[in-house]
Amino acid sequence: MISDPAMPYPPSANPSPVLDDDQLLHVSLGPQHPSTHGVFRMNVVLDGETVVSLKPVFGYLHRNHEKIAEGITYLSSMPFTDRLDYICPLTNNWAYARAVETLAGIEVPERAEYIRVITGELTRLINHSAFAGFFMGDMGAWGSALMYAFRERELILDLFEELTGARMMSNFMRFGGCRSDLPEGWAARAKTLIDGFPAFLDELEKLLTGNEILLARTQDIGALPKETLINGGITGPMLRAAGVPYDLRKSRPYGIYDRFKFRVPIGEKGDCYDRFMMRFLEMRESISILQQAFEQLPEGEYINPKAKLRSFKPPVGEAYAAIECPKGELGFHLISDGTFNPFRYRIRPPSFINLTLLEDMCLGLDLADVVLILGSVDIVLGEVDR
Amino acid sequence: METPETNTPPAAPPSLTEWSLPGMGLLKGLAVTGANMVQSFYRKDRMTTIQYPEQRAPISPNFRNFPFLVYDGDDAMAGLRCTACSICEKECPPQCIYIVLDRDENGKSLKRPKVFDIDVSVCMNCGICAEVCPFDSIYMDGEYELATQDRFGDLVFNKQRLARSTDYHAKLRPVQAAAVAASRKAAEDKKLAAAAAKEAKAKAAAEAKAKADQEQPAP
Repeated sequence: MISDPAMPYPPSANPSPVLDDDQLLHVSLGPQHPSTHGVFRMNVVLDGETVVSLKPVFGYLHRNHEKIAEGITYLSSMPFTDRLDYICPLTNNWAYARAVETLAGIEVPERAEYIRVITGELTRLINHSAFAGFFMGDMGAWGSALMYAFRERELILDLFEELTGARMMSNFMRFGGCRSDLPEGWAARAKTLIDGFPAFLDELEKLLTGNEILLARTQDIGALPKETLINGGITGPMLRAAGVPYDLRKSRPYGIYDRFKFRVPIGEKGDCYDRFMMRFLEMRESISILQQAFEQLPEGEYINPKAKLRSFKPPVGEAYAAIECPKGELGFHLISDGTFNPFRYRIRPPSFINLTLLEDMCLGLDLADVVLILGSVDIVLGEVDR
Repeated sequence: METPETNTPPAAPPSLTEWSLPGMGLLKGLAVTGANMVQSFYRKDRMTTIQYPEQRAPISPNFRNFPFLVYDGDDAMAGLRCTACSICEKECPPQCIYIVLDRDENGKSLKRPKVFDIDVSVCMNCGICAEVCPFDSIYMDGEYELATQDRFGDLVFNKQRLARSTDYHAKLRPVQAAAVAASRKAAEDKKLAAAAAKEAKAKAAAEAKAKADQEQPAP
C-alpha cells in the first residue's frame, strides 16, 4: 500500500453516493504508466468500469525551477526555461524574454521579432503534429501516426539545430532579440519545408480523421460547458475547442502578430474530437503565418545592440508577460528588487492549469476514456511540475 | 457572346471520399500506410537510417556540446587566452565551472587560471559561458563521443583536457573563428597603433625639448 500524507489511501470519504466503499475499486494509475505522458499519477475510484472519483497527484518531476531562478542571474534562467515544456522550448524562451523585456523596457528590433515568430510557429507545428501521434497512442494505435509525425518533426529539429545549436534545448532568445541571426540559406530551406508541410497534413488527416474507431472513441467524450472552462482558467486549443475565441495572438496581440492575416479556429462541442481537430486547423493557420513571415522578413539587426548580456540589472519593478504557446497561455511574472537576481520568479504554465479540470471531465466515463481525456489536454510533465 | 451553358462539365462520378460505407475511413487510412510502406523501399528521402559508427551524420557548424578553452601559439598552458576573470563561473546556470586565479609569491594576479575545471556531468551545454566571455577564450565543442569508465574523475575536465588550439577552433567553426580572429587582429593593430602613436608623441616631445635646450643660450 502506498502511503502519501497528501492523499490518504484508501480515501476516508466514500465518493460514491450509492455504493459502499467495499464495492468500489481503487486504482492508482501511474506514476509509471505509459498513458500518463510522464510521471503523473491519478488515483481513480471505479464503480465497475465507471469513474466515481479521480484525484491527480503530481510533483514527481519537481525541480525547484522557480526558487533556483531567484538565486541566479536573469540570463542564467534562460536555459532552464527550455526544460519546462521540452517539446517546444523556443516558445518558453520567448515568453521569458518578453517578461524581462517588459520589466526592463527593452526594445526588440523588427527582424528579431520576425525570427521569433518563425521559430515560434515552427514549434507549434512540432507540438501539434506530435500531439496527434501521442493521442493515437493513448487510443491504442501506438506507432504509425506517431512515427509519421516524428518524421516531419525531425526535419524541423534539424533546422533548429542549425539555427540554435541544439535540437531541443535551444536557449535561443535573448533580452532584446535572439542569440544569432539566421544562418545562410536557412530561410530558403525552412520555406521549402513549410511549402511541403500541407501535403503531410493531408496525409495525416487521411490516415486518421475519417477513421471510424477514432470517431467512436473521441466524439462526445470529455466535453465541459464553456463557463466551467473559463472559470477554470483553461486556455489554448482546449478552450477554443469549446467555442471560445480566445487566442492571445488576436485578443491581446504581442510582438508583430497584428501584421499577419490568420484565423482563430474554434470548435463546437469541446469534446476530445474537437480538441483533436483543433490542432490540425491551427497547424494550417500556422503555415499561413509562416509563409507571410518569410515574405515580409526584413533585413536588420537580430538583437538590440543596447541590450546588455553580462551583468544585466533591470530597474525595480514588476512585470507579467504572456504569449500564446502551443498549449495555451504561458506567462512569466517577475518582480525585480534592482539586483542581478529576480526577487520573485513565477510561471503560469498552461499544462498545469489545463489539467485542473481533469476530474470534472472524467466523472461518469469509463477508465479507457480517462486515458484519452488526459491525452487530449496535451500536457508535458516538465511544465506541470517545474 | 458568352454561352455558359455549353461550358458546364459533365456530371462527375461520386468521389471515393463521399462514400459513407462503414469501414471506408479505416481502409483509407490503411491505403496511406500501404503507400508509405512501398515508398520506404525506393524513395531516397525515406531511407533515413545511418549505419553508425561506420557512417556519421554531418553535424551542423552551430552544434554545441561541452565547452573548450582556446590557446594561441604552440604551448597550450602558456598560450591560454583565459584571464581567470570568473565571469563564466558567475553566469553558468548549473554552476559547473570552478576557477582559481594564479598569483605570484607577492600575491599579484598573473591573469591566468591556476585551476579551471568544468564538471561535464553537470554541464547542460547551454553555451552561456561562450557568449559572456569578453576575452574570446571559451567556446562550445562539437565532440560527442565522450563515454568513460570513471563516473567522477574522468568527467571533471581540467584545463589541460579543455585546451584546444586556434586551428581546432577554425576547423570546427570556420565562420565564428574567422570573425574572432579578425576582431582580435583589429584590436591588436589598434593597440599597436596606439602604442606607436604614443611612442612617436613621446619622441616628438623629447626632440622638441632637446631643441629648446639647444636654442636656449647657455648661461
